[in-house]
Amino acid sequence: MTYLDHAATTPILPEALEAYLAASGAVGNASSLHAAGRHARRRVEEAREQVAAALRARPSEVIFTAGGTESDNLAVKGVFWARRAADPARIRVVAGSVEHHAVLDAVGWLESHEGATVSWLPVDEVGRIAPDALAEVLDDDVALVTAMWANNEVGTVQPVAELAALAAARGVPYHADAVQAVGQLPVDFAGSGVAALTVSGHKLGGPVGVGALLLGRDIPCTPLLHGGGQERDVRSGTLDVPGIVAFATAVEISVKAQEAFACRVGALRDELIDRVRAAAPDAVLNGDPRDRLPGNAHFSFPGCEGDALLLLLDAAGIACSTGSACSAGVAQPSHVLLAMGADEDRARSSLRFTLGHTSTQADIDALVAALPGAIERARRAGLTKSTRR
Amino acid sequence: MRVLAAMSGGVDSAVAAARAADAGYDVTGVHLALSRNPQTYRSGARGCCTLEDARDARRAADVIGIPFYVWDLAERFHEDVVDDFVAEYAAGRTPNPCLRCNEKIKFAAVLDRALALGFDAVVTGHHARRDAHGRLRRSADPGKDQSYVLAVLTADQLAHSIFPLGDSTKAQVRAEAAARGLAVADKPDSHDICFIADGDTRGWLRSRLGEQPGDIVDGATGEVLGRHAGAYGYTVGQRKGLGLDRPAPDGKPRYVLSITPVSNTVTVGPAAALEVTTVYGDRPLWTGPSPVSVDVQLRAHGSVVPAQVTVSDGRLVAELARPVRGVAAGQAIVGYQPDPDGDIVLGSATISHATSLAGVA
Repeated sequence: MTYLDHAATTPILPEALEAYLAASGAVGNASSLHAAGRHARRRVEEAREQVAAALRARPSEVIFTAGGTESDNLAVKGVFWARRAADPARIRVVAGSVEHHAVLDAVGWLESHEGATVSWLPVDEVGRIAPDALAEVLDDDVALVTAMWANNEVGTVQPVAELAALAAARGVPYHADAVQAVGQLPVDFAGSGVAALTVSGHKLGGPVGVGALLLGRDIPCTPLLHGGGQERDVRSGTLDVPGIVAFATAVEISVKAQEAFACRVGALRDELIDRVRAAAPDAVLNGDPRDRLPGNAHFSFPGCEGDALLLLLDAAGIACSTGSACSAGVAQPSHVLLAMGADEDRARSSLRFTLGHTSTQADIDALVAALPGAIERARRAGLTKSTRR
Repeated sequence: MRVLAAMSGGVDSAVAAARAADAGYDVTGVHLALSRNPQTYRSGARGCCTLEDARDARRAADVIGIPFYVWDLAERFHEDVVDDFVAEYAAGRTPNPCLRCNEKIKFAAVLDRALALGFDAVVTGHHARRDAHGRLRRSADPGKDQSYVLAVLTADQLAHSIFPLGDSTKAQVRAEAAARGLAVADKPDSHDICFIADGDTRGWLRSRLGEQPGDIVDGATGEVLGRHAGAYGYTVGQRKGLGLDRPAPDGKPRYVLSITPVSNTVTVGPAAALEVTTVYGDRPLWTGPSPVSVDVQLRAHGSVVPAQVTVSDGRLVAELARPVRGVAAGQAIVGYQPDPDGDIVLGSATISHATSLAGVA
């Protein structure tokens, strides 16, 4: 199989798997007071320090969660609730318009259920937020700003430091969903000036179902999950020791390897883009041509439907993605491309290829071999839309 | 040969896909998402548009061991089937949406896309047969036969269709599903119109067309007998729900004889006035000779009646051998040549109107 969907999930690193298996053999609830509990707690705290060191945060700023979606929800809702509780006038959320659904829908929920007003930050044609757009909407009524580090669909990297500095100057907490960024780009929590940062395990070689929210020590946050208060009283639930240990291992390794990864995978990605363009001259590269995730290539293929291409490539043993799908598995035109000014046809004709730590040149060879035939058939299928009516 | 199996999430299409895979076809399963707002769970009447149905289809594909995708045809379905359904009722006719869905969606939009993508045919779980000559025949299970709703398919559409269940009864299909470990083996049949979840067609139409009060008129005397809230809520041959407080002079039940959208009138009368002897059809699709003596079926799951059918100038005329009651415009008239190996479909047309010797009914 040619796996070109690393942004959906990437294979677990052998070291992370080993750490997971080793930790799952030991009994002990990290909240228990006896020796077994202390041992489990020690593993968790070591993992916390590992994550903190890798991402330049303080250990107390690392809140382990069940993954990116939970971290995003906790940051968006938790910070909103806490900031509004401190000052009822703060009911506005400023959010990027190309956010992942875990942020997008959490913000939408605050709007529909909590009386929040929302300012959506527009993006330019490559999916980038202009800092001026943020400066314009920042005011005393803003509860928080949330805008991702790098886009999961088109790979565009946001000017996070500039955006976070603008928010900080107004005393507004800034949350960045960095699920796609960690391991691919340098991510420095302290240096970036963000107040909260989402990390997910399975996007960087850790297990699925574990992640973290890095939350500045002085950032108020109301819990989503109430219970034992295990994580700084902001997040409850028995700590998943094997998951956390494996997650920390993967964070440490992927952050250490980030520069080499960006270099090697970035070069492979550039080759993929060149060869796809040679094979399909009318393919349009979406996203920022330079400032993008090293593993990301995202195209629109005019006249084709992305899901037809996906089916045909899948039949040829090539795994890629059209973007977001709803629960029934129906492809929706991407809100990211629409926000970038693409029309619905271009949005529906798009396909994402994402490379990762196991990618090789053979993957690109296989893609380029299968792509022209798939495009031809998908184009014919696209033409049938108006016939036999 | 690469084939695309349309999988509703029901037992029939699951077994059809499995049989196609056993027959050596390279099968890909597709669930058609037809609802704009899919319900999460089935409730009341069963459709085929819920997330649960999509999951059932996916699980069947897993068990069979074939790739599976969901195709979003909601917009197309809405335009070609749902809007057509509403427009037909508004025009005083009684449409058959399953037939329209086969004609416009399953064996048009889906088939065209499948062929373009390199598939050779579409496989469905319809209970009907396609014989070696490419002719459509009734299923081996007369109670489940669906040749009526497939009779609108052209020879070209039929040539790219595979109906693996035609020689089986429903009971055999269920038993086979259980033996294959398909969880849908005992899933109830869908009966009602899939996009009207609660089965209340009149209420559903009212929510789209609004209240349109008008008169209920006696067909013989022209006397106004009552009021209705919308002529679209009535079907020719309907007896129940007329809401007339005055009984007929002869004490016998009254039936809907006709619906006249222009005057928004529902005309009622005795059963005898429902009888027609000549049926006229538009848009005929006829492969048999003309004129010809055949059996005709005038509604889904209806019985057949012998008739002399003539097709000419884009019109079909059927002289029935005996009077038939309750022939509704908008339904299909389907001609069958009786045959021990399954009656052969000779063609179809959309009923435009019907007459009796006594006059227009």
